This record gives sequence, structure tokens and C-alpha cells, in this order.
Amino acid sequence: MNLPPEPQVNAKPEIANEPIDRERRRFLITATSVVGAIGVASAAVPFIGSMNPSRKAVAAGSPVDIDISKIRPAELITVLWRHKPAWVLRRTPEQLAVLPEIDPSLKDPHNRQPQQPPGMAKGVYDYWRSIEKEYLVLIGICTHLGCIPDYVPKPGGSLGPSWKGGFHCPCHGSMYDLAGRVLKGSPAPLNLPVPPYYYISPSVVRVGALNKKGLEENWAPAIW
Amino acid sequence: MSETRTVPKPSAGWGKNLLGWIDERFPLTKLWKSQVSEYYAPINFNFWYFFGSLALLVLVNQIVTGIFLAMSYQPNTHLAFGSIQYIMRDVHWGWLLRYMHTTGASLFFVVIYLHMFRGLLYGSYKKPRELLWILGMLIYVCLMAEAFMGYLMPWGQMSYWGAVVITSLFGAIPWIGSHLVIWIRGDFGVSGATLNRFFALHVVAIPLMLVFLVVCHLMALHEVGSNNPDGIEIHENLDENGKPVDGVPFHPYYTVKDLFGVGIFLIIFAIIVFYAPTLKGIFIDPINYKPANFLQTPPDIHPLWYFTPYYAILRSFPNKLFGVTTFMLAIVVLFFLPWIDRHPIKSVRYRAPFYRILLLAFAATFLFLGYIGMQPATLFWQKVGLRMAEIYFLFFVTAWTYARSPSKLRLLVTFALSLAVILWIDWRFYLPSIAALIWWTLLIPLCYLILFYLVPLLWPGGMRDRTVPTRVTLR
Repeated sequence: MNLPPEPQVNAKPEIANEPIDRERRRFLITATSVVGAIGVASAAVPFIGSMNPSRKAVAAGSPVDIDISKIRPAELITVLWRHKPAWVLRRTPEQLAVLPEIDPSLKDPHNRQPQQPPGMAKGVYDYWRSIEKEYLVLIGICTHLGCIPDYVPKPGGSLGPSWKGGFHCPCHGSMYDLAGRVLKGSPAPLNLPVPPYYYISPSVVRVGALNKKGLEENWAPAIW
Repeated sequence: MSETRTVPKPSAGWGKNLLGWIDERFPLTKLWKSQVSEYYAPINFNFWYFFGSLALLVLVNQIVTGIFLAMSYQPNTHLAFGSIQYIMRDVHWGWLLRYMHTTGASLFFVVIYLHMFRGLLYGSYKKPRELLWILGMLIYVCLMAEAFMGYLMPWGQMSYWGAVVITSLFGAIPWIGSHLVIWIRGDFGVSGATLNRFFALHVVAIPLMLVFLVVCHLMALHEVGSNNPDGIEIHENLDENGKPVDGVPFHPYYTVKDLFGVGIFLIIFAIIVFYAPTLKGIFIDPINYKPANFLQTPPDIHPLWYFTPYYAILRSFPNKLFGVTTFMLAIVVLFFLPWIDRHPIKSVRYRAPFYRILLLAFAATFLFLGYIGMQPATLFWQKVGLRMAEIYFLFFVTAWTYARSPSKLRLLVTFALSLAVILWIDWRFYLPSIAALIWWTLLIPLCYLILFYLVPLLWPGGMRDRTVPTRVTLR
């Protein structure tokens, strides 16, 4: 078969005869790489950002009001706030009386870990961990792996003679006292978190905000 | 530069020359030859060599059944649980597709664990196959992520609470932990956003990564050549044609052998799918037949059987950060196996008796940890779990020690150091109320240490390796 003759082209174009400027080449490679890397990192922002809670999820997580007037002594009620159980426990004087005795067997008896928002009423940072001593407000999420502990008010029983009443997690056996403080020997590292809350009237608690301005509602403890 | 280009000949007929037509445009015959019909594999493959090709078969099963399940499934918290029931009752053959998918998931791990144990038996992770092992480990980690996210899909109680527990593990990371958990879940708790993104990752992102990694794994395998039960490099002994003397082409020799394995595997697969799809709650947890409930934790949360060894390690420490770190370490340490066991002999057949016992003890430890992970979280199982976790890590310490033909002094020093670490952990988490439990379970790692570090002093013969033959052996 006859192929047409190949066209005659200049074997080496003019520019190829110039010496290679290695300095310039290195600079251009570095500059392009850096700009390219910044571009890739910037392009990643919307993708990573899209995985944050959406505006709808944030709106659904706004504060909830809980009527506490109908809770009987030693009764615990649960209200859902941000997919988490918010507890209100009305503690009896006897239940409150045992709290200081338990101090030596607790991991964090004086609430040193940030498991309660800053700037609340003084009682939240004391051994009873609530604004009104009688009403304990907690988030019922075990700080170990996020299960919901059971309310076990009866002393003794299957949890042993040293059990003074409190919360027991069925998943991995973490134990908390009636102020949500974690007992030594539990896999859970921290006390049950106190959510931001305040009294909008003597009988209604608003969980999810610290005051009327709604400040600190996005506060999160070290571990939920 | 007078390069002669081959001019395509006029085709005589599509059927006859189709292959030639393709070969001029795509290296089809070249690939087939280099990867299959002229890929030389050692002649002495045994039972353990079925599991590589079986893993590929199960991967195909998961992808195919998964595609058809996705046609009827709804990744929405209100509809997900119901859509599974719809698949089971109303979709033609839906029950079969779903049971093939769930059984395939569990058998995937059976096959992968046996495949990995084969690697341990015959030193298939050792030079020059380190990268092959690491690629395999990456596949294993991807597979765990795939299985974990897939388990959320039915939106049952165990799906939901399993996802809560595992995503909250990230909360143990200091400083960024709590924000990271919210970012992963896409909400303040595990919710519809979580289900939706897990669906996207489960059906698109991770399968793509899996397929890519499997291709890389096979390319690395075909670059270094297959290991064998004798741990001898067949490519070091070539005949006059440059072919390995102890090798046979993969096709037809091993394709036919693997087909036999496929037959046996499919019989077992079919028996489970048709007669015991839940396998007494091991492959499908009965608690998952209840829809997810935010406000009620099941009495006992545990993952499916293939994660329970790590789950047992996770909950054996009464401290979250400790538990999570140890659990991560248990997986990460496997990546470093090629540099932990640097003994020049690959196959366990020619390793010293003590190493053979050590490897068996490791397999038993892993199985027993898996059993412990299925038990309720009582203090007893927590402490026994801690002891088995200690033995799990002691395997790597001992393999490291044995790899360098240790002197008596070295054995004694390693014995003392290991015991010191174990006693430190006991002291760190000591509680007077469980003192008795701590002391008697201490016997478990103590016996282990005595067996592998002190008994060799009395029986040095047990530390002697056998001579590796120059040619592969057929039994």
C-alpha cells in the first residue's frame, strides 16, 4: 500500500534550543501546586459543610417547655429535646439527704468537668446540681456510649448493698447517683450533663436556653 | 525514525476477527494472558486458598442484591422500617434478595477472617507482600464501615442504638469530639439526616472504594506473585522457558479448583438463606424487628457477631478514652504485622513449635473475644474481656520477640515488662469490691506469659525452627 509522504517539519522548534531554566521551572511547579492545593481545600468546604446539621435540624432543636407542676415526689418524667431524653426528677428530702454521703465513691463529686453550662444559678455547681434543689433537670444520655440509663431509685437490690439509688445504664453498667454524678468503677468517664435551662414561671422549665434571650443554646458538654 | 505502523488488515468477518479487532484497540488478550492464563501460581495451594476468590464472589453478590434492594428501599426514618417489611412481603422475590444480602454480609466476614488467618499461617504478609497485606487491611476496614452503615438501614432498635453507640465513640477524641459527633450524625442525635447519609455512603461511596481497593489488591498480588503453604518463592526457581518450575497457570488449574470451592460455598450459603436466615439471632438480631425508639434503650446493645471481638475489647476498660483507644489500636496493630513478625521463615509449617502454639492461641483468643462481646456487660465478662484483650496484644509482643531468636535474658525481660504493664492496668482501675475477680482472672495472662516466655527456657527444642525445603511440597 502506498502511503503519502510524511510532511517535512522542523525537527526541533526554535524554543527547544533555549537552555532549560530550572530555577523558573521549580518556582512554577511549586506555585502551581500551592495554588492548586488551596483550590482543592476551598472546594472541600461546601462538601464538608453540607454534612453539618441543616437549618431545619437546628430549628427542630429549639428549646422545649416542660410543665413540672404535676410531677409527684420521686417521679421522673422524660421529654424529648434534640433527639435526647431531657429528664425532670422531683427528689424527696430523703433522696437529697444521701447525696453528700456518696461523695467519696464518685469520680467527679464537685462538678469540675464541664458537664453543665457556665453562668447558671449556683446550685447547678453544688452537689445537688439543679437550680431548684427539689427538681433535677438532666440529659439522660450515658456519657460512656450514649445509651439511656434506667432510673433505679430503690437502694440495694441487684446493684449491691452500696447502691443508694440513682441511674444505672443497662448497656455497659455505668452507675450515677441521684444528681447524675458518675460512680467510680463505671465505664462512663463523666457526670450526666445538665442542659441549659431556666424557669419561665415557678411551674414551667424551658430546656435549651439559659434565659429569655436564648443565649448559650448551642452549648455542648464535653460528652453527651 | 522510520517506524513501521501496522496497517489494519481488512476484516474477514466480525465473528472471527472480533478479538483481533478489539486487541488492536484494547489489550484484552494481553490482560487475559498476563493476569489469568499465564499467571503462574504455586502448585501446592490447599483448602485455605479458596477464600480469596470466594471473597470476590460474595462482593459481587452484595453489589448485585444491594442494587435490587435499593430499588424498593426508602432511606427515610418514617418509611425505612416499613419498606423492609414491604420488600419481605410484597416485592416479588424480595425476601430472597434481602436474605441473600444479610447472609452475604455475615459470610463476607467469615470468608475474610479465614482469608486473613491463611495470611497469618503462611506468612503471606512478609516481604515482598507487605503492601499486599496493607491493601487487604484497608479493604477489611472499608468492609467494616460498609457493614456498620448498612446495619442502620432497617431502622430497627439494634440498628439505631448500635449507630448511637458507635458514632458516640468519636466523642472520646479530646477537644473536637462532641462537634465531630454532631457533624457525623448531621443532627444533635442519630436521626433522619444520619440514615440518609449512611445510605449514600453505603450504596455509593464505600462500594466504589471497595472495588478500587480490590483491584489494587489483585494488582499488587500479581506483581509479587502468590505465596503458598510452604512459604517458598516459586519465581526464584525458573525452567529454561523462564516459567516457575513449581507453578501452574492460574487458568485452567485454579479456576477449576476455585469453582469446586464455589460449589461447596453456595451449598452452605443456600442452606442458610433458605432454612436459617437469622441463624438463631446471630446473622439477624431479633431486637431489630422492633422499629427504632429514641426513648428506649434495648436491654443489651451489641453489634453483629463480626464486630464482637473488638466490642469486647472496647468495653473491657472502665474508662471511655482507654477503651476507645485500645479498640482502635487492636485494628491498627494488624497493619503493622509485616514489621512486627520479621522472622525470615514465612510458613508456620517450618516455624518452631512454640510459634505454632502461639498462632493457635491467637485464633482462639479472637474467637473467645467474639463470644465475650455477645454476652451482657456484667463485671465478670468485663474483666474476662480485659484479660483476653491483654492476650490479644501479647500475641504481637510475642511474635515480635520470637522473630529475633530471643536469648534467655530477652525472654525474661519481656516476661517481666509485659507482666508489669498488666499489673499497672490492674492498679490503675483497682476497686476493692472486685478484688477477687481481678486476682483470679490475672491467672489468664499469667499462664499465657509463663507458657510462652518461661517454658521455652526449660525446653529450648520448642524454639527451634525446621529446615525449609528448596522446592514446594505436595501432601
